[in-house]
Amino acid sequence: MLLTCTDVRKTFSDAVVLDDLSLAVDEHEVVALIGASGSGKSTLLRCVNLLAQIDDGVIELDGEDITNPKINPDVVRRKIGLVFQSYNLFPHMSVLDNITLAPTRVHGRPAAEAKAQAMEWLERIGLADKAGSYPDRLSGGQQQRAAIIRALVNSPRLLLLDEVTSALDPELVGEVLTMIRDLKGEGVTMILATHEMGFARQVADRVAFLDKGRVLEVGPPAQVLGDPVEARTRQFLARIIEAGRL
Amino acid sequence: MSPEIHHPSDRQLGRIAYRRRQAIRSVLLAALSTAVLGTLLSLLITGAPGWERVKQSFFDPEIAREFLPEILVGLWLNIRMLVVCALCALALGLLTAVLRTLRGPVFFPVRAIATIYTYSFRGLPLIIVIYLFAFGVPGLRLQGTPSVTVLGGAAIVITYGAYLAEVFRAGIESVHPSQIAAARSLGLTYRQSMRHVVLPQAVRRVAPPLLNDTVALQKDVGLISLAGPIDAIRAAQIGVAQTANFTPYVVAGVLFVLLALPLIGVTDWVTLRAARRQNAGT
Repeated sequence: MLLTCTDVRKTFSDAVVLDDLSLAVDEHEVVALIGASGSGKSTLLRCVNLLAQIDDGVIELDGEDITNPKINPDVVRRKIGLVFQSYNLFPHMSVLDNITLAPTRVHGRPAAEAKAQAMEWLERIGLADKAGSYPDRLSGGQQQRAAIIRALVNSPRLLLLDEVTSALDPELVGEVLTMIRDLKGEGVTMILATHEMGFARQVADRVAFLDKGRVLEVGPPAQVLGDPVEARTRQFLARIIEAGRL
Repeated sequence: MSPEIHHPSDRQLGRIAYRRRQAIRSVLLAALSTAVLGTLLSLLITGAPGWERVKQSFFDPEIAREFLPEILVGLWLNIRMLVVCALCALALGLLTAVLRTLRGPVFFPVRAIATIYTYSFRGLPLIIVIYLFAFGVPGLRLQGTPSVTVLGGAAIVITYGAYLAEVFRAGIESVHPSQIAAARSLGLTYRQSMRHVVLPQAVRRVAPPLLNDTVALQKDVGLISLAGPIDAIRAAQIGVAQTANFTPYVVAGVLFVLLALPLIGVTDWVTLRAARRQNAGT
């Protein structure tokens, strides 16, 4: 297993956000986290990335306990990419500088090499002409794809995607989803928190339904989304269908 | 292919003509009201019973001509002090602001010193700091005590550094936490995140108030005359003492205003640009 979360607990003052949550992700696997707002999807991703500290349990990456306080979180984060709902590109840097910041500053790679690699990626997704532009000149879909590249150029062992299409206009969602589908084809291990059930069904190897900070049900998309065992999963899916989102 | 030329409709032409007439009317009105107010003010001042005396003792062209060269020599000291003090105060302010953001128990004393510094020196009148530095420090009779000019400059730097530190800190705190999260998620250390992500955005955002404080520093550099060095104000004071006429002060004042104009212009330009940029963002 690449990532193992065991009995992870996270509370904010007296609210229990993750309640003895357990989840394992294999290498080259894509796991979709679904569930209502507040079910703990984003918090789980932030805990895996060590942006939030867990209150109990253990998270292991490549067999190493990354929740051990003696470990340097900066070193762990180098192996994990995180893409945010609101892109969080650095507004004072060009797209190219956004992408090459970590390779040059964190991984110590030569500037020319980092730039060449970034341009290669930008060309692949048709954003090469935006390399010198600042993020506010890009559409939401373009910003989000640039943000995904920014995470990918560090060759992370694991890519976390936190509702990456939720802030996008509907006609821009497709380009981002296509990019994620391509990444799956290349064997990138991903955990994606998402509200796009149709997409989860297509791209995920497994779907995990989170409810009140627990993984209530996990399995192949066809089973969890098509024939759920748990009553709460059925309720959740019924509401999604009602809203016309499945 | 050139775009087709659009011919405005009669209705639009009518609107354009109306707006132009309104604009001309506005300019004329502004000119008229300015002229009326100006006339009234000048009548009020020149018609005042003591105007002749005031004119003699504050606006004597002979005396102005006589002391202008000496005041200009003094002003050169002010300009040099201004450049050095502004740069040092900006550096000190930035350093203090960053120190105040440091986390962890090791940095407690550093944080505490930085906090006490900004609290006390923002409250302490600059004149008192200048006196303490320029007359108190030499009183210690230490070897290698710098000149009063340097000591006075240090007083200005330390006082303004405290103000600028708070401006920088406001800028640092205005950068959204999601930016830090993004930087840290890429593996950047706290220092790298500050250096490459937080500070560049913070400084851009607070550039207008920073420049505004620099304009204030520019005129307060004149307070150095209290410690003794012959700057523009001191030179003017000597002139006043010799002639029993206040014209040299007016000359120095005008020179200070002229000196401040470029920086004030830059401040306005930067503020305008920042406002435009903020409105452009979504």
